[in-house]
Amino acid sequence: MTQMNRISGGLIDRSKTVNFSFDGARYQGHAGDTLASALLANGVRLMGRSFKYHRPRGPISAGSEEPNALVELRGGARREPNTRATVAELFEGLDATSQNRWPSLGFDLLAVNDMLSPFFAAGFYYKTFMWPKAFWEKLYEPIIRRAAGLGSLSGEVDPDLYDKGFRHCDLLIIGAGPAGLAAALTAGRAGADVILADEDFRMGGRLLAETFSLGDAGGSDWADGVLAELASLPNVRLMTRTTVLGAFDHGIYGALERNADHLPVAPAGKPRQTLWRIYARRALLCAGATERPIAFRNNDRPGIMMAGALRAYANRWAAVPGREAVIFTNNDDGHRTAQDLAAAGLRIAAVVDSRKEAPRSGDYPIHAGAVVIDAVGRKGLHSVDVRRSNGEVSRIPCTTLGVSGGWNPNVHLTCHQRGRPEWDAGLAAFVPGGVLPPGMTVAGAAQGILSTAGALASGAAGAVAALDALGRKAKPADLPRAEDAPVSLTPLWHVPGKGRAWIDPQNDVTVKDVKLAHKEGYVSVEHLKRYTTLGMATDQGKTANVTGLAVMAQVSGKSIPETGTTIFRPPYTPVPIAAFAGRSAGKDFRPVRLTPSHKWAAEQGAVFVEVGMWLRAQWFPRPGETHWRQSVDREVLATRKSVGICDVTTLGKIDVQGTDAAEFLNRVYVNAFGKLAVGKVRYGLMLREDGMAMDDGTTARLAEDHFVMTTTTANAVGVFRHLEFCRQCLWPDMDVQLISTTEAWAQYSVAGPNARKLLQKIVDPGHDISNEAFPYMACGDITVCGGLRARLFRISFSGELAYEIAVPTRYGDGLIRAMVKAGQEFDAVVYGTEALGVMRIEKGHPAGNELNGTTTALNLGMGGMVSKKKDCIGNTLSEREGLNRDDALNLVGFRPVQAGDPLAAGSHFIRKGAEAVAANDEGYLTSVAYSPHLQSMIGLGFLAAGKSRLGEVLRAVNPVEGAETLVEVVSPHFVDPEGERLRV
Amino acid sequence: MSELRPITALGADAPRRDTIGTVTITEVDDRAIASVASRAGKGKAFEKAAKTLFGIAPPQPGRWDGGADYALIWTGPDQWFAEAPLATHEDIATLIKAGLGDTASVTEQTGGWCAFELSGGAVGAVMERLVPVDAARMQAGHATRSFAEHMGVIVICREAGRRFTLMAPRSFAGSLHHALGAVARSVA
Repeated sequence: MTQMNRISGGLIDRSKTVNFSFDGARYQGHAGDTLASALLANGVRLMGRSFKYHRPRGPISAGSEEPNALVELRGGARREPNTRATVAELFEGLDATSQNRWPSLGFDLLAVNDMLSPFFAAGFYYKTFMWPKAFWEKLYEPIIRRAAGLGSLSGEVDPDLYDKGFRHCDLLIIGAGPAGLAAALTAGRAGADVILADEDFRMGGRLLAETFSLGDAGGSDWADGVLAELASLPNVRLMTRTTVLGAFDHGIYGALERNADHLPVAPAGKPRQTLWRIYARRALLCAGATERPIAFRNNDRPGIMMAGALRAYANRWAAVPGREAVIFTNNDDGHRTAQDLAAAGLRIAAVVDSRKEAPRSGDYPIHAGAVVIDAVGRKGLHSVDVRRSNGEVSRIPCTTLGVSGGWNPNVHLTCHQRGRPEWDAGLAAFVPGGVLPPGMTVAGAAQGILSTAGALASGAAGAVAALDALGRKAKPADLPRAEDAPVSLTPLWHVPGKGRAWIDPQNDVTVKDVKLAHKEGYVSVEHLKRYTTLGMATDQGKTANVTGLAVMAQVSGKSIPETGTTIFRPPYTPVPIAAFAGRSAGKDFRPVRLTPSHKWAAEQGAVFVEVGMWLRAQWFPRPGETHWRQSVDREVLATRKSVGICDVTTLGKIDVQGTDAAEFLNRVYVNAFGKLAVGKVRYGLMLREDGMAMDDGTTARLAEDHFVMTTTTANAVGVFRHLEFCRQCLWPDMDVQLISTTEAWAQYSVAGPNARKLLQKIVDPGHDISNEAFPYMACGDITVCGGLRARLFRISFSGELAYEIAVPTRYGDGLIRAMVKAGQEFDAVVYGTEALGVMRIEKGHPAGNELNGTTTALNLGMGGMVSKKKDCIGNTLSEREGLNRDDALNLVGFRPVQAGDPLAAGSHFIRKGAEAVAANDEGYLTSVAYSPHLQSMIGLGFLAAGKSRLGEVLRAVNPVEGAETLVEVVSPHFVDPEGERLRV
Repeated sequence: MSELRPITALGADAPRRDTIGTVTITEVDDRAIASVASRAGKGKAFEKAAKTLFGIAPPQPGRWDGGADYALIWTGPDQWFAEAPLATHEDIATLIKAGLGDTASVTEQTGGWCAFELSGGAVGAVMERLVPVDAARMQAGHATRSFAEHMGVIVICREAGRRFTLMAPRSFAGSLHHALGAVARSVA
């Protein structure tokens, strides 16, 4: 029989039948169903197994607070574990499976844990698996992880797309129940930009789940009318299937929109989910309230649920867990469920009201002053034991039990900036309190106003107040007459007695566990949470926290406010990591920057390397070269023999202009720039305030008031930021203007003995670039290739006769093609970053490995550059005694004693015969390369008092790989130490 | 004229144009750009010289304005980008420096930036998935710095709700174009 527990009525679309499966069995539901409602309609109450004891469980809620009915949806790479069946929208072909059971949901061998429960009390893991320590990672943890837990990931790459976006509004209304709808109507009619967001796929909140009317209309009809009007307003945006997950700084809210979770597969190119950042000038939290259970023995049997949820399933989804119901309540609202279920044709076997004065709500047995003390039916409820006020215990057959312990306002988002909720004794619940996130106010049940009329009125008033704070006038929307019953409740948290009474079914935390925690000294709420795991995992204790707190208060003899409050952190409900990543996944993880010669390099088959965001050519393999070293060695040798070309555009270029530009540079560089002549370039080193080297590069003076500074590729942004800080904050009176010009110019290094000859074919004849006219460290404006403006700098990183030539970027591709053509007669090569690195190590130039944030000018062999005649950033702290010891690290070169031996960067220097321990560490190797010039590995590194130890033999120890090499300390200048080649 | 051939930021001979749904993404490759920063203490003289040269006053923060040849975009305190047709202002920095003299620092930026124009009905939906600024409230004449997909961008509103220009450092052109296409497809 299909849909045996489907009753009449509801808001489902019976004209649309939806086929789905659960654990391989096929079922039918209707459009508008959730997986949970459809399963209940089909007579399925058992939907999951509990975390620790593998107890059979069914849904206890009809919303996102669900702790029990966690399932895996879909299959293959789209498998999604830990999805709440209560909010999973049914779609054609939905394939759901239960989780955390073996071999099947009905017969789970790990349920043996339940019988062993005396061993699994609070703190069990901490107590049991302490010894032996080594067993934890290899033995205990894998076993526990297998036995306990939730669903499993597919392990495959998520094939879906996830989007991100930003929205702005005057008023963000969180929740589209009666309060939210009244607020949206009020603010929308006033013309404000409104976003109304609701996690449900249908707006209306509790109005969809109740039978009472608003004015002359049913609740859901009234909601539909309001929504139709809101949809017609261009200033109102309705975001269904959107959970506002957190309240962040400055009125920013995070929201997850589930665009395609209700479809088998998202349409091609469309996102499955979108993570929104909502900038709200004001926010009104209308998040409603969550019903809480009363703990009693075996209160986790499938078929037992919150009374309000039972009512929601019956009224909205026309689905019930069974036909014979018992209601257990401590308040009037529980009686509503009895009334609605009776009206829907269910047999109400009893209403068990713990209060002595229970209302006479309907034509069914009402037991005042009575409690449910046990539930029977392991895989599905079949009866409950009730203890009457006279002490008599009777067993009442039933297939479902609705429990109402009262309602907890959903204060979660009010706590996201450390606001502490306050205890409301009348409601016996926490209501928003303390300091709310700026701009946030609360209305409706979330504020503790639990009647429909109150929710409507407070929503409208909340919108008026929020707009008033923005200087906008609004009048409250005209509201229909609605139910306005007061809250009548006598707190009852748990029914004392034998056996285990569940407080947090998701984490299998019982009343006993809370008592044990108290006994063992974990009385602070925060300790209670961590010791027992109360309130952890996917539901974050939405149904459990307050009850747990109340039980702790009882056993400690304190009031609930004295015991403490638990507060909440984002996200409100689980958010897939994929949604946080958005489009930044896989190869789109971050943007890529391409150099001006990229197109040409790609045509040559260059091998690229990521340098920050830049993609740079690492080397250019030629036919027959099978190993990267062959390519790199060739590029190095050809450059040193004749000429090589390299794209160096990625180095930062900062235009420094203004009448104080020279003085500005004087203050940021350790060496003097005031007297640098126009048309000249100088190497500069800058320090951080703490005296450590920050960056280095060359700066060219193009005019009296115009310099171009270069920085390392890695530090381009950081140096620019630093200079802007200096300009704007340290010396605002200086006339200096800065702007990055890194990308405006395509810049190439042309290096090697034939560099000038090559360039003479490129540079227009009117410009004399002979050694006499354009000596080492000259710079100037030129034209190339028939009149294109360009800049030429005679600077060298390789140690060869070298230039850097720059043209406007759009011509960068043309220039490299022209230079390669012009270089053919010289056997010119284009070299990549590897060859660049080899040549700079051969020349002994420091780079990022040496400018690593822990090194000083002295360490780098440039201590003498720090001018004593002027003030500059970092010079004072660079004089600290500790940085100027005789045994300070010096940058020196290293060669293996045996020419064929390897060197590994990162190796540490230890004296021969000394033990390889930190205490004997004398320095470390920073950069290594194979020098084709020397036919040996070479390295640069820092060695204590290294400059005075040339010729000494040390061990370069690499404990990571268990290797070591004997090295000789040498000058860091392996090639042309006198620098003669630069000047020819 | 130089024998070197320029290429576009996307590495082609001609600018790219894609229409996805109702959104058209057009690479803009015909504008010369220079940054203009007024020198300290020269504010008045700069404004006068700028008005003479550009025919418009330098716009206030968050704004751009267009004159006959030049458009000026506010890019920071005392700093603007000047735009002009590339065909007539190829050496734009020299032209502007000649007009502003020592009242301003001028730096060529033509090659430093790529630009894409977004137009069409769904452009609002594209913009809200790209940039955190409230593009829906931007009017023609509004311009601001922002970021899109981890790239710093300048957002220029040409026509409210219908037409925007996004500028980013030129090396990001491929990534930005990819992002624009991906977002346009997601809302198409």
